[in-house]
Amino acid sequence: MTPTSAPIPQTTATDPILGPMVVLAEPLVLQSGETLADVTMAYQTYGALNADKSNVIVLCHALTGDQFVCGQHPITGKRGWWDDSVGLGKVIDTNRYFVICANVLGGCLGSTGPKEINPATGRAWGLQFPVITIRDIVAAQAKLLDQLGIDKILCVVGGSMGAMQALEWAHRYPSRVFAAVPIAGSYRHSAQNIAFHEVGRQAIMADPEWSHGNYLEEGRVPKRGLAVARMAAHITYLSETALHRKFGRKLQDRSALTYGFDADFQVESYLRHQGYTFVDRFDANSYLYITRAMDYFDLASENGGVLANAFKGSSVRFCLVSFTSDWLFPTAESRAIVHALNAVAANVSFVEIESDKGHDAFLLDEPDFHQTLSGFINGCADAHGVAKA
Amino acid sequence: MNQIATPPKMINKPSKRMRIDLQLVADLVSPNTRVLDVGCGDGTLLSYLMGFKKVDARGLEISMSRVRSAVSQGLSVIQGNLETDLKDYPDGAFDYAILSQTLQATVHPQEVLGDLLRIAKRAIVSLPNFGHWRVRWALLVGGRMPMTSNLPDQWYNTPNIHLCTILDFVDLCKAMNIHIEKGFALSADGLKQNFSATGWFANLFSEQSVFVLTR
Repeated sequence: MTPTSAPIPQTTATDPILGPMVVLAEPLVLQSGETLADVTMAYQTYGALNADKSNVIVLCHALTGDQFVCGQHPITGKRGWWDDSVGLGKVIDTNRYFVICANVLGGCLGSTGPKEINPATGRAWGLQFPVITIRDIVAAQAKLLDQLGIDKILCVVGGSMGAMQALEWAHRYPSRVFAAVPIAGSYRHSAQNIAFHEVGRQAIMADPEWSHGNYLEEGRVPKRGLAVARMAAHITYLSETALHRKFGRKLQDRSALTYGFDADFQVESYLRHQGYTFVDRFDANSYLYITRAMDYFDLASENGGVLANAFKGSSVRFCLVSFTSDWLFPTAESRAIVHALNAVAANVSFVEIESDKGHDAFLLDEPDFHQTLSGFINGCADAHGVAKA
Repeated sequence: MNQIATPPKMINKPSKRMRIDLQLVADLVSPNTRVLDVGCGDGTLLSYLMGFKKVDARGLEISMSRVRSAVSQGLSVIQGNLETDLKDYPDGAFDYAILSQTLQATVHPQEVLGDLLRIAKRAIVSLPNFGHWRVRWALLVGGRMPMTSNLPDQWYNTPNIHLCTILDFVDLCKAMNIHIEKGFALSADGLKQNFSATGWFANLFSEQSVFVLTR
């Protein structure tokens, strides 16, 4: 399907490959205190904005996701990350809803990030790029919507890091958000998850090609480091059951062990493939910055150590979803959010989906999940008076 | 293009006919109020209350498949255990807390009852009556733990671990300073019976009862 264009404001440019982009009119004051001017936001839209602008669904992508939610990805040629769920007649039906997804601030697919040019120096930002947070990422999205003339959001939906953004949206902009669906996420990054991110970052920084973050200036690419980071992270997105079912101890293109360090096992070959295809589409410095943004996220500590304070008096409808085999963002994390929301008598639904596919289950075809998601979103749309498709 | 989309499920109409006792409970709820249905199942009562009474309706349910089915209809339901999760809600968050045929299955019925009346102005509680003559007869004559249409399980697999008679329940309310605002004696089918819901007659001839409680 072809994305439909949103109303185009004057600041919009269009990249021949990456599509529409908006330069934010105002500088972004970051959580760190630094200011970032001329922030570019690259985004995609699907479906059509209705006359009273009441059918807006904001999708927040995960760590290594991007704005290309469905249809064919212009860089990889593969299907978008949520092609199963978003489109005509799908769970999030673009006949009824206007879906918008922006590449996150700090990302590497058109939005301002460490691989873009620092206007002050005329060179790639590299490590001169300021450290950003989930709050900054969402603030940039909010300003993008301002400039697109969109005030209210019917529903903000996101999985994993997207769930953090959905929570941040509901926390920071409660009057703009009617409903929020944080999927397989948390209100703060756990010690274990920070640890995994640190492994990834160290792998990148240990690669000599990374060159203290200056690889773009020097025409180098820290492929090995980024690939190892991806391989380690990819394991955390799956589950032992899923890995065993897919690969077991099966050997790769051979009938016997080679008594060496080649990829004897299919699972090794698979991970290497995951690592090396990732480096073609992702920037190593972006990986450092975005993982850091996730690590810093903690809605409880920002609110006096009490998560419930983040949602006091909130009129936002919440639907939390977790998956039984997700050990990266286990159900207990979602349940903690539910407890906090109950403590302020917020309107909340919570479903744990049975799946053995691990954290990545939210990206996959899980009928129970899809039924829950469509039921919740359509229920919100009905309550909000959005015309049916 | 429009025919590709499956029509969204109607959420404003109850999907099936309600049990008669649920209908009675629904009739006790005033319109435009805030309701928590504790043990809401697949949301039949919530759906009715939302549709016909414009109630801000929430549900708590322990069975994940029922929660999924309720949320899929657009209802606000969370998966959880009433014995631990009622504690999360703030005081006076709801106008009504409804507990249908569940109090006798809780480990700490007294605490649950206290929590219901802490988080809501009114609690609507329905219970099977273990004092019904058929129950007494079954134990007296049969000499075995009674099984009736309302209490269909064997002693070893029944979820009902704290069964009581109507008089027992009235005593508990007295002990907890809970005011019984309304009471209804019901037959096994959930039909209203025309006698006092709290007296010895009901204790012998009602198979179940519904009480509206306040502090």
